[in-house]
Amino acid sequence: MSDHEYTPKSKLGKWFNDRLPLLTLSNHLQEYPTPKNLNYWWTFGGILTFCLITQIITGLILAMHYIASADLAFGSVEHIMRDVNYGWLIRYVHANGASMFFLAVYIHIFRSLYYGSYKSPREVIWIIGMIIYFLMMATAFMGYVLPWGQMSFWGATVITNLFSAIPLVGESITNWLWGGYAVDNPTLIRFYSLHYLFPFLIFGLVILHIWALHVPGNNNPIGIDIKKPSKDTVPFHPYIVVKDLFALLIFLIVFAFFVFYSPNILGHADNYIEANPLVTPAHIVPEWYLLPFYAILRSIPDKLFGVIAMFAAIFVLVILPWLDTSKVRSAIFRPLYKQFYWFLVADVLILGYVGAMPAEGLYLLVARVATAYYFLHFLVILPVLGAKEKTLDVPLSLTEPVFGGSPNEAMLKKKKEI
Amino acid sequence: MKNFFKSILFCTVFLFYGFSSIAAEQSSKLLDPGWSFKGFFGKFDRAQLQRGYQVYTEVCAACHSMKYLSYRNLSQPGGPEFSEQQAKIIASQFEVTDGPNSEGEMFTRPARLSDKFVGPYPNEQAATAANGGAYPPDMSVLVKARKGGADYIYSVLMGYEDPPSGVILDDGVYYNKYMPGNKIKMSKPLMEGAVEYIDGTVSSEEQMSKDVVAYLAWAAEPHLEARHKIGFRAIIYLLILTVLVYFSMKKLWSRIESKV
Repeated sequence: MSDHEYTPKSKLGKWFNDRLPLLTLSNHLQEYPTPKNLNYWWTFGGILTFCLITQIITGLILAMHYIASADLAFGSVEHIMRDVNYGWLIRYVHANGASMFFLAVYIHIFRSLYYGSYKSPREVIWIIGMIIYFLMMATAFMGYVLPWGQMSFWGATVITNLFSAIPLVGESITNWLWGGYAVDNPTLIRFYSLHYLFPFLIFGLVILHIWALHVPGNNNPIGIDIKKPSKDTVPFHPYIVVKDLFALLIFLIVFAFFVFYSPNILGHADNYIEANPLVTPAHIVPEWYLLPFYAILRSIPDKLFGVIAMFAAIFVLVILPWLDTSKVRSAIFRPLYKQFYWFLVADVLILGYVGAMPAEGLYLLVARVATAYYFLHFLVILPVLGAKEKTLDVPLSLTEPVFGGSPNEAMLKKKKEI
Repeated sequence: MKNFFKSILFCTVFLFYGFSSIAAEQSSKLLDPGWSFKGFFGKFDRAQLQRGYQVYTEVCAACHSMKYLSYRNLSQPGGPEFSEQQAKIIASQFEVTDGPNSEGEMFTRPARLSDKFVGPYPNEQAATAANGGAYPPDMSVLVKARKGGADYIYSVLMGYEDPPSGVILDDGVYYNKYMPGNKIKMSKPLMEGAVEYIDGTVSSEEQMSKDVVAYLAWAAEPHLEARHKIGFRAIIYLLILTVLVYFSMKKLWSRIESKV
């Protein structure tokens, strides 16, 4: 929080601000001291905010034309695509927007993993972030059901059936979720209702996420605590705003390529076939952003333990601040962690790949090894590294590495030798 | 800036990974006759769409519905662009049930531009029963509903062959090189000269397949031309804005002893 007390210049402003300090808030957001060495991986927070707002606005418009009914949903989506003015654009932005949202969130999460942004004093930011991520997956899954295509229907069937693995009450819970004895009209309508609600929950959590961020301030590539405000920081506006905007525009160009030139490449062709409970698609595959978890689910031969493993894969992320015991935040100063970090990235990509493949033969074997490694990374490697790893010397301030910006590792090493 | 390029590189690798995992499952190589609607400036060929509509209505429509299209779509920009008069005449050749009228009776009348395409069967069950238990799928979004899209449908149309020795087919099942499992319940639909093109084009099997698939591609994505056009402008706009913002950013950050 900024140190100095803010007073609006105008009399009216002062009158209003004394009653509701919105102007103080706005001033805080502008002055918010931000480390000046943030690299482009830090721009994804702003990009994600943009994604959320885009999804909410396009979703709002789609909701004006969509009909949540098992008989009419598929047709109403075609109506949007054909007859609603620029309906195709709104829908393609919304559908590809979900993918772009996840692309950005994965980069955002892996940035945090690399630079140790989840560590003290930022654990609460991280946990709120994980809740947002979990809600995003739920929202995206329910959104994918709404067009009521074959993948919508069978994806919903597979995922809701997971709950039947719970001992004793599983079946009752599944029936309760479905609102019947199979995925049908009641399921579609409640998914629609929740798909409309969740983004606003996410929005609220995003505000908390940013609020929690503004208490300790941003982490930075070097991962050291910096004095705020100081020579090491810049005010958020205009410096970070313009940088975030530049990164957002690059992101938008990629986004636009998908929307205008390959709007269906990230989806599954089967979802353009209307849902049919009597015909099962050859492969039921979730959207790409859920594939790593799907691979973990299928790699366990037992249904209940598969479900537990899948949820555990998310839960280990929630408790990550306490699993990683290293005092040094940034991977730049953790030579061993840096290697294991890239192993983890590769592991998750492999999980995503085998998640899209049939669960048999070599694919299943690879999925099992990758699942085991995923848990090994968080539950064994990280705690051990915290105790054993010999970290490099961490500079005391950003200005200490004289070359400015993010420190060059080779130079740091050289400095140590001198 | 070096870091920035690294970021871009990483994102690109990430995206390609995504693409490759999606495209990985492709089996036998599909035929690609070279579509006019692919690529950045891809557009439909009006004459081809009109011929394609003729193939659809004279051959495919005997079994396949297109329930999400309206007759007015035939005269809309970006499609076959029949004149409104032609589209009206096309529509009037079909009968639709309307009503109830003021006496409470249902009645039939010739279709208008605002009516949806009239299908060959009253419902899915009737269609299934009339086709030996195989429902001829609705063709409105068929191109988007098949992996491989236009190439796949074209390949299936061109992929009828005599079964290799050893493959025994049931009655009403045909061998097709590109169909998953190589079995298809639709007999070869397009024989040489099956339609007599109004514009005098020679109706070879290849020509008809190409025309009808182009027409189906338009039907599945009627706003494709607008999408390509708007997309091109949007991306040019974004590129210019990005350059402007980049230089503004550089100027702003020059006040700070830090690189951006």
